[in-house]
Amino acid sequence: MTTFPWLTTLMVVPLVGSIIVALLPSARAALAKQLALVFSLATLVLTVLMALQFQGDSTEPFQFVESHPWIPAFGISYSVGVDGIALVLVALAATLVPIVVLAGWNDVDDSRGSVKGYFALILVLETLMIGVFSATDVFLFYVFFEVMLIPTYFLIGRYGGLQRSYAAVKFLLYSLVGGLFMLAALIGLFVVSAQLTGQGTFDFLSLAGLDIDENTQKLLFVGFFLAFAVKAPLWPFHTWLPDAAAEAKVGTSVLLIGVLDKVGTFGMIRYLLPIFPAASDFYAPFVIALALIGIFYGAYVALGQNDMKRLFAYSSMSHFGFITLGIFVFTTTGQSGSVVYMVAHGLSTAALFLTAGFLMSRYHGSSLISDYGGVNKAAPVLSGFFMIAALSSLALPGMVSFVGEFMVLLGSFQRYLWIGAIATLGIVITAAYVLRLYQKSMTGPLKPELEGMRDLGGREVTALVPVAALIIVLGLFPAPLLNVINPAVQQTMTSVGATDPAPTIQSAGLPAEGADQ
Amino acid sequence: MTELMPAEGVFSLIWLLIALPLAGSAVLIFGGRRTNSWGPYLAILMVVGSAALGWTMLLSMMQNSPEQRTFDQTLYSWVFAGSFQADMAFQLDQLSMVFVLLITTVGALIHIYSLGYMAHDANRRKFFGYLNLFVAAMLILVLANNYLLLYVGWEGVGLTSYLLIGFWLHKPAAAAAAKKAFIINRVGDVGLSLAIMLLFVTFGSVSFQDVFGVADQASEGTLTAIGLLLLLAAAGKSAQFPLQAWLLDAMEGPTPVSALIHAATMVTAGVYLIVRSNVVFTAAEWAATAVIIVGVITMWMGAIIGSAKDDIKKSLAGSTMSQIGYMITAAGLGPIGYVFAIFHLLTHGVFKAGLFLGAGSVMHGMRDNVNMRRYGALMGLMGITAVTFIIDYLAIIGIPPFAGFWSKDSIIHAAFEKSTLVGILAMLAAGLTGFYMTRMVAMTFFGKARWEDDEHPHESPKVMTIPLIILAIGATFLGMALLFWGNIKTWLEPVTGLEEVELPLPELAYGGMTLVLVIIGSVIAWVMYARRSVPVEAPRGSWLTRAARNELYGNEVNDVLVVRPSYHASRALVWFDNRGVDGLVNGTAAFVGGLSGRLRRYQTGFARSYALSMVGGAVLVVLALVLVRAS
Amino acid sequence: MNPANYIVLSAVLFSIGAIGVLVRRNAIVVFMSIELMLNAANLAFVSFARMNGNLDGQTVAFFVMVVAAAEVVVGLAIIVTIFRTRRTASIDEPNLLKY
Repeated sequence: MTTFPWLTTLMVVPLVGSIIVALLPSARAALAKQLALVFSLATLVLTVLMALQFQGDSTEPFQFVESHPWIPAFGISYSVGVDGIALVLVALAATLVPIVVLAGWNDVDDSRGSVKGYFALILVLETLMIGVFSATDVFLFYVFFEVMLIPTYFLIGRYGGLQRSYAAVKFLLYSLVGGLFMLAALIGLFVVSAQLTGQGTFDFLSLAGLDIDENTQKLLFVGFFLAFAVKAPLWPFHTWLPDAAAEAKVGTSVLLIGVLDKVGTFGMIRYLLPIFPAASDFYAPFVIALALIGIFYGAYVALGQNDMKRLFAYSSMSHFGFITLGIFVFTTTGQSGSVVYMVAHGLSTAALFLTAGFLMSRYHGSSLISDYGGVNKAAPVLSGFFMIAALSSLALPGMVSFVGEFMVLLGSFQRYLWIGAIATLGIVITAAYVLRLYQKSMTGPLKPELEGMRDLGGREVTALVPVAALIIVLGLFPAPLLNVINPAVQQTMTSVGATDPAPTIQSAGLPAEGADQ
Repeated sequence: MTELMPAEGVFSLIWLLIALPLAGSAVLIFGGRRTNSWGPYLAILMVVGSAALGWTMLLSMMQNSPEQRTFDQTLYSWVFAGSFQADMAFQLDQLSMVFVLLITTVGALIHIYSLGYMAHDANRRKFFGYLNLFVAAMLILVLANNYLLLYVGWEGVGLTSYLLIGFWLHKPAAAAAAKKAFIINRVGDVGLSLAIMLLFVTFGSVSFQDVFGVADQASEGTLTAIGLLLLLAAAGKSAQFPLQAWLLDAMEGPTPVSALIHAATMVTAGVYLIVRSNVVFTAAEWAATAVIIVGVITMWMGAIIGSAKDDIKKSLAGSTMSQIGYMITAAGLGPIGYVFAIFHLLTHGVFKAGLFLGAGSVMHGMRDNVNMRRYGALMGLMGITAVTFIIDYLAIIGIPPFAGFWSKDSIIHAAFEKSTLVGILAMLAAGLTGFYMTRMVAMTFFGKARWEDDEHPHESPKVMTIPLIILAIGATFLGMALLFWGNIKTWLEPVTGLEEVELPLPELAYGGMTLVLVIIGSVIAWVMYARRSVPVEAPRGSWLTRAARNELYGNEVNDVLVVRPSYHASRALVWFDNRGVDGLVNGTAAFVGGLSGRLRRYQTGFARSYALSMVGGAVLVVLALVLVRAS
Repeated sequence: MNPANYIVLSAVLFSIGAIGVLVRRNAIVVFMSIELMLNAANLAFVSFARMNGNLDGQTVAFFVMVVAAAEVVVGLAIIVTIFRTRRTASIDEPNLLKY
């Protein structure tokens, strides 16, 4: 293992980029964009280099570990490190940022907010996203978790649509309320650790090793869960999402829904389950119920939307239902599937929002579905990417979202037959709302107002191709994901003390348990 | 149990069967306009290459002994977690082999035909790209060695079907039909998904080899559940009752698509699924019975709809439903039927493709008019189309020695062996087949010309008629060839098992009775539609005719049971979300805001009242201190 | 003399001051009432210092005087400015900062 501080470097590079971009004179908008792209690409390259050194079969819980004391009096340290789950999410963030920068090249102009500010904020956000996934100190995680709100608030509130301040404040208040509960639970956790070991700590591994009293667990679980449920958004804590998604620039929405919201589900699998195993078990039926409601509620509401961005927001809510379901059924397939689904959802959200953004930029920025029709005729390439994004969203087999969704459903079915079966019905409604959107906007006769619409240009195609390629390649060959995710999930399963249900009948020619490559 | 052979020699190229058309589609779809000129030829080349490879494999396979004809090629581990494992792996056995040949050979002919049919379409390149993609997906479906990979092919063909039904996207009807087909198929997919999950939960594996090896150890209840779920999947893909409503609308697609996807190959995937899972159905009596019931219902529904539709393609689509009903019925009969289901599937694939392409050729000469009431007397003007169409017609109604006779007769025999009622129903449906097909031929090629003014019907170019001729030759000889020379029964036996039919009456008697019924049906149709004049406007007709024209109200039923409730649920939830959930959130915000507005009013600006409240507060604090001290 | 009497005196003075602040409208009178209260407090501090034999109370009394002197400077300046601009010394009139 190298001693090179990979993760810190990953955080510092975009931060430095952000400062440089912010210090540029306002007139150099073009340079600001180019620098933002360069810095985000550099981060991506570094992430890839780091990921290549990641050892999937390592027995260490975390790799690329760094630890420096920060507030020793409270056992707080700057500790970072990644397991397979965190690694793929860091990689997701690092992949999406340059794409968002490229796609949002002309999204902001000087008429509202400064151009450099937008890109500087995105780079800061990248630093924080990488930080939040790689923190191994719960307090450090909390700090990143909360600080992330600030650039997001400005991204929505300064660069959004007409109701941007309403949406930004709603987002901020929702998240702060959730965060407050988490802070309370965090302090409680510290006190408990101090009582149990004599020396209070915020270190994740020490906390996960504690044997906390069951009733205390139940209380503290709620605090963390509320924060994650708001972030992920689970029903009924979701109403900030449609407003935020509808008002923010599409680039912001991609990062918000594609990456930031994953912190919620990531937090569940990383912190809730290992630290509070007994409480997780106790609350599982409740959480599963919320997830199931979310799946169908989100899908049905999406079916009735006339605004594309709101539709995507509700569909994300439905997908987050699947992810949460997979985490709380305590099966290897379910949890691995959830993590794959997080990546897949990040990619398909990016594809959907970006194509929709390109479409909207061609017609006064309107996001109403009824304003479009027959776009396929005028802009076949755009419509083709829209199709790929839509198919990825409905989890077509052969795309990475299918791998995630099927594993989640299978995992649920293994544990609770009927819940898996009911959740599977969700795939029909998903198809209905996705195809309805495609039918209304892309097919039929071309609307006269849209006559002469340009097809996608080189920059736009460049932004979309990597996303589409990843969706398909990882769908046909998900081994790079599964190889790093599976061991991490195995650790989580062990720490919760859950085992997979065995098949009713053992086939003769089957390899022994756990013989996955 | 058959041996699993390593994929060596020519069989190491199983992946190439799929890769060729897949590469073709990738080049055409992503290549853009640059490939406009040569793209279609590349697509044809790819499918022909695949077909040639398939035939080579057949020759090679025939040299092995029957137990050594299953070849397995594992490329890499695809989806794995915990004990779950699904490989990217292919299995070529006798059953897959005949499908590979059907898909690639008929596929190649239809590709060539499309060269003429789509000659003037601006998006011809895209069309061929989708066709190639379809062939690749269909091959994945039949070559997969596990259920999860089969699912990829299953949805792949669904996707290409969606893309091709809606190929003329600017027509709202086409776009709506495409969406409908996809969504109804998704209902079937729920069945397939759940079946796969149940298989894994029960057997701990989803590969055919593992599952079928131990299937008989599972409880009958589990197997019945798996069987019913698989039946749901098959019903969706094969347009069987109750998921039949999409097929007639799917005729909005270009005719070669109807021929390849909605007649010859994709819609028969359900039959493949059931026959492939024959171990499950053989062990689960109830599931098999359900299969027969679904098959018989659809057999009749399709035939009735086909008898009333005036749109030549929709009438053919009804016929397809009905014929697949035969196959599904046969597949439900157990080991006596599996072979015949596949037998009929193969002959049907050939003659129905011929019929659709013939219909396309007629439409090509009639400016895309599909209304048979506007046809008539085309015999002389479209000689090759008419003759080939009539040969295919003889094959479908089952006149010896044409292909359909052998395959359909075998199914009827097997049905009698299982249950007299099913046998009689199948036999009567054959009579109805004679009726609707004769009606179609009479209305199209005979009788008086009822063309629209300034219509100039003409024969299609050679690139279209040559595939018609080849398919007609197939429709003539394929039945005999497969039965006597190819010996399909013993060929498929290692995969499907086989039970000889034993009937109370000699086989000839059943064949004769069926033939008599077919002739009666045909004569009635001939008298009604060739001898008498056919009105250009459809008469109102009896209640049955009207019901059949409305596709037996399948759409209305779906509408009332599924579509409208969903629509209302969606509307209600949108309202609830805005007013209820978000209302609560915004209500809280409004409450806090309102409260602060009220409290603000106490800041009156009179310094002395502030002072008074301070004094009051101080007094209270002092009192509290005194009281606490005192107690 | 009983030191408790000084405390009583202090309380009486403080109450007079407080009532003066509450009932009088003229800013100058209110101001003087406040001074009265401050000095009552000073008296209490000094008396307690004496009773407890501890110099802390006397120290605090000095602090209070300094603060009171500073307050007089600022307060009178404000009152004079208000009087100049509004021609009134009533403390009920200037209420621009309400709500």
